[in-house]
Amino acid sequence: MLVLNIRLAIEVKGMKILLFGIAKDIAGAPFIHIDAPVAKVAALKEHLYQQYPRLRELRSCMIAVNKVYATDDAALQPGDEIAVIPPVSGG
Amino acid sequence: MNVWIDIKEHITVQEALDFVQSPDSGGVAVFVGNVRNETKGKPVRQLFFECYAPMALLELEKIAEHTRAAMSIKKIAILHVSGNKLPGDTVVVIAAAAPHRAAAFEACQYAIDTLKETVPIWKKEFFEDGEVWVAAHP
Repeated sequence: MLVLNIRLAIEVKGMKILLFGIAKDIAGAPFIHIDAPVAKVAALKEHLYQQYPRLRELRSCMIAVNKVYATDDAALQPGDEIAVIPPVSGG
Repeated sequence: MNVWIDIKEHITVQEALDFVQSPDSGGVAVFVGNVRNETKGKPVRQLFFECYAPMALLELEKIAEHTRAAMSIKKIAILHVSGNKLPGDTVVVIAAAAPHRAAAFEACQYAIDTLKETVPIWKKEFFEDGEVWVAAHP
């Protein structure tokens, strides 16, 4: 029971982040979980840059929240769908 | 249905044209993007397209709706592929139908330019000596 409670607490506090293209290659996984409390996009980006310094070398690195591009001051809520969007190159 | 947005493995010019043709549109323009066989003089063996599909579809819809609201487009299809593609393969088709040709040309230009800037799709080029995510680095 105790173990279950701890797991639930981590899941609520933590965040799942989707990665695509070169960001996926840099992180070595299609998604990651972070447990650090990050309330805003800017803090999330800083956390990601520290964990994966090569993200800084990209031409741009956007964050999408719930499938919409988010600005640095956008707030993050538990349960948001968060994605790292490296420079796009469709077409 | 006046807008058709899709991301799938195979797309054709004909299916996009068939969707947009109608008697109220005297002008239909089509943009077709194919895999080029070289980049900066280096032969390209194949491409791989990765998509964040749920968001890509939303961004494509925004593009389509803008052409209808601001350019008097009657019907528009924007189709993009995902997965592995070879030189010569078609990877994007945009067909736009309007009462007059100017709007149709303008919509195609706007749609492909905006797609390349905003839609979360990524292309990896495979060369004989390695592979690279296109435009990732400055």
